[in-house]
Amino acid sequence: MAETMNSEEEFAQRWQKFAHVSPYNRELGLLPHSVRPDWCVLKVDYKDGLVGDPNTRVLHGGVITALLDAAFGFSIFVKMPQIRPMATLDLRIDYLKPATPDKAVLGGAVCYKLTSELAFVRGCAYHESPDDPIATAVGIYMFTGGRTVIRNEEVPR
Amino acid sequence: MKFAEILTSCRASSDWSPLVQSIPYARFLNLRIDIKGDAFTCILPFDQKLIGNPVLPALHGGATGGFLECAGMFYLLLQTETQSLPKTIDFNIDYLRTGLAQDTYANVVMVKQGRRVANLRIEAWQSSPDKPIALGHCNFMLGA
Repeated sequence: MAETMNSEEEFAQRWQKFAHVSPYNRELGLLPHSVRPDWCVLKVDYKDGLVGDPNTRVLHGGVITALLDAAFGFSIFVKMPQIRPMATLDLRIDYLKPATPDKAVLGGAVCYKLTSELAFVRGCAYHESPDDPIATAVGIYMFTGGRTVIRNEEVPR
Repeated sequence: MKFAEILTSCRASSDWSPLVQSIPYARFLNLRIDIKGDAFTCILPFDQKLIGNPVLPALHGGATGGFLECAGMFYLLLQTETQSLPKTIDFNIDYLRTGLAQDTYANVVMVKQGRRVANLRIEAWQSSPDKPIALGHCNFMLGA
């Protein structure tokens, strides 16, 4: 069991380079947590500098937006044989409860429909379990032209 | 100084920078607020750290989204008498154009102000307000 965990962690670490191609992901400290086609998870650690309400010390919704947007992108890439450049078409987030101060937030996602032009994704942000979400979200992504941010040979498989 | 006191003094002086400074995430984005008469504009100055796709380059969807949410929140603090920060209930973002590596502006329309909930439409643009890069539509729970 422990061995499985280690290989999963190691795999997630190989995706880190990919996450950090994006300066904004790097700035927020977004990290791959577990990268699986059925549930792709990114993590953001609590930081005082990302607080949205100084009275409650709750992280700003913008941090959750970025976490989910990035996790959604990952969940699409792990489903595709070749990565393709894409753009967020729309994103909807429902805030169910505030994030707890000092706790890391996980953003999990699954791409549940992939067509030649579009990817449909759903997911949620949570601390311990996706069954007790901070926010739930759905998004649609559109494949675009141009170069990919990372070469396909470099994508961990 | 407590948040409510900062808010009161900003409302009195029309200088909103202390309010922006009091919210860490807004400070992180280095937001500015510009008010001319009835026109409210929130500004996200371009910074390299806001880039999501370095190839294009394009702003991160999360940066644009967070900016829209901040703009809505500041607009409500300005337009209503609330003493605490409104809470986001839901947020819907349509990404219309690539966010380029330049300053971004946001204008806000109050679609409906209820007693407890405010419904806002927030448009982000760069070169011209009639070419929005993103459109936010959201409900905020108003504080006491």
